Amino acid sequence: MSNIYMPERGEILSIVQESSIEWLFKVKTSIKPEPGQFIQLSIPMVGEAPISVADCNHEEGWIEFLIRKVGKVTDAIFNLQPGDSIFLRGAYGNCFPIDKYLGKRVVVVAGGSGTAPVRPLIKKLLKDEKTELELIFGFKDQESILFKKEIEEWRRKTPMILTVDKGCGIDGECVGLVTEYIPHLKMYEGFENLEVVIVGPPMMMKYSALEFLKLGIPEEKIWVSFERNMSCAVGKCGHCKIDETYVCLEGPIFNYVKAKKLLD
Amino acid sequence: MKKLLTNDEFNSVLLNLSKEYDIYAPVTRPFKGTFSDTDLVKYEKITKLEEINLKDKSYYSAKEILLPIRQTIFYFNENEFKKPEGRTKKALVLLRSCDLHAVERVDNIYLNNKFSDEYYADAKKMVKFAVIGCPGKGWESCFCASMGTNTTENYNLGLTFKDGEVYSDVKDEELKEFFINAEDKEFAMEFVTENVEKVTVPENIELEDIINDEIWRDYDRCIKCGRCNFVCPTCTCFTTQDIFNRDNSKTGERRRVWASCHVDGFTSMAGGHEFRQKSGDRMRFKVMHKISDYKKRFGTHMCIGCGRCDDACPEYISYINCINKLSKKLGDNNE
Repeated sequence: MSNIYMPERGEILSIVQESSIEWLFKVKTSIKPEPGQFIQLSIPMVGEAPISVADCNHEEGWIEFLIRKVGKVTDAIFNLQPGDSIFLRGAYGNCFPIDKYLGKRVVVVAGGSGTAPVRPLIKKLLKDEKTELELIFGFKDQESILFKKEIEEWRRKTPMILTVDKGCGIDGECVGLVTEYIPHLKMYEGFENLEVVIVGPPMMMKYSALEFLKLGIPEEKIWVSFERNMSCAVGKCGHCKIDETYVCLEGPIFNYVKAKKLLD
Repeated sequence: MKKLLTNDEFNSVLLNLSKEYDIYAPVTRPFKGTFSDTDLVKYEKITKLEEINLKDKSYYSAKEILLPIRQTIFYFNENEFKKPEGRTKKALVLLRSCDLHAVERVDNIYLNNKFSDEYYADAKKMVKFAVIGCPGKGWESCFCASMGTNTTENYNLGLTFKDGEVYSDVKDEELKEFFINAEDKEFAMEFVTENVEKVTVPENIELEDIINDEIWRDYDRCIKCGRCNFVCPTCTCFTTQDIFNRDNSKTGERRRVWASCHVDGFTSMAGGHEFRQKSGDRMRFKVMHKISDYKKRFGTHMCIGCGRCDDACPEYISYINCINKLSKKLGDNNE
């Protein structure tokens, strides 16, 4: 029997600044996550933190994590350099039901650091020629925009709305909340082939989902990703439990039919 | 195998047992209670009958024998992680029927909730349970009969203490050898059949129906001390902590410590966002876990009706009243 709490060593390959507050850490590891899953990253003597997978390559053996310096563990991670060790446990949680999305029309709405967990999903979906993809990305301001190069690349391949909440805006970009732009999406004829993925701050997910419902999109076509204080990630510590659901076990990806009942 | 022993004979059994087993039972710690001049009844190692407090309900449960308050997950230094050895001596725990049911509840979370926890599993393998009866209708705040946990057959050893004698029902093969010389005696284990408190648990509650109910506002007076969680034999939450040695900061340990859904910080996320900030909402979360959520997942109520939460609350918040109020309310609504 394996010890579910024992982390394994990984090596930091590169650290790249993505926004004014977020850095992308690439870690060499044998762990093979699926899009949507999360990893418990840890630094001995400091602690553990659940971080979603911002990209991974199973063949080359690496995972990327988008990390914001907001707590004890992430503070310590920011002191690390390429070549340093970091410890990993996982992958945990469910993943996006990609098989359900392939060959359909998929709308992905992501806000802020919520763009990180959908990034591997978008990459996979873009590779499939039969899947039509449309994206709405929202950021607080220009400095907060993540994955700029990739966003440009994705924009060339698929319809996309990029919006910032405030400020002077960017040439050719929108200003305002993602919810304002949801009615402007292109793909609304016939919902049977549509799937909607929303990932971002709780408020953004809630009001975005309501916006889609207003447009008549059935609840079972909407998917969201939850974030909670996950301490053990294996359904024991209780911190992430909502009703009978353990976010670390049954989530973080939930269908809206279930998600709307997960009240806190 | 049913046996009758005098107290002296039982003491010599305990003495022999203690060579192989750590024997845990409720004992009285004078003046260690919450208030001045009050005693504390808690689980500790014993070697003879006279040390056991059979009269009172223990303030804490036997939970910490399987699930220590602080438990090292691994030690680390610069190069490696090392798991601690864990329990090396077998243990025999004397507990009440409700508390034995509580162990089954904890098993579900630690062994059957998708992943198995090897620290708990290893400890469990080393522990046997001796059920002891309760006096009369139990104690003031007991409601085991309402929760269906007043009786059990699932023990290794059943003990009934009566008039200087010990009636022993030895089910466990390994324990039989310790009782083999005692006199055979047919008897039936006595369990509580009725409590003073009666609790009606509302069935099939949907969270969305009660989440905004006014009932929870009554509990905003809770001071978030978490005592109710710490004395509960079925509360299993923990928080992981890393600590390092002061004189060598390169070595330390990762450990888990008991946590409470009532105490601040339980749902805090990086950046400071916290769910369920009001005490009443935390009460709702706990109550729903005990009488609804757990059942949806594992098929039985989590609460085993020991009433320790009511005994421990410094604000005199009654969980029993809360369930009954909820039940009445939902009943009223259904009419």
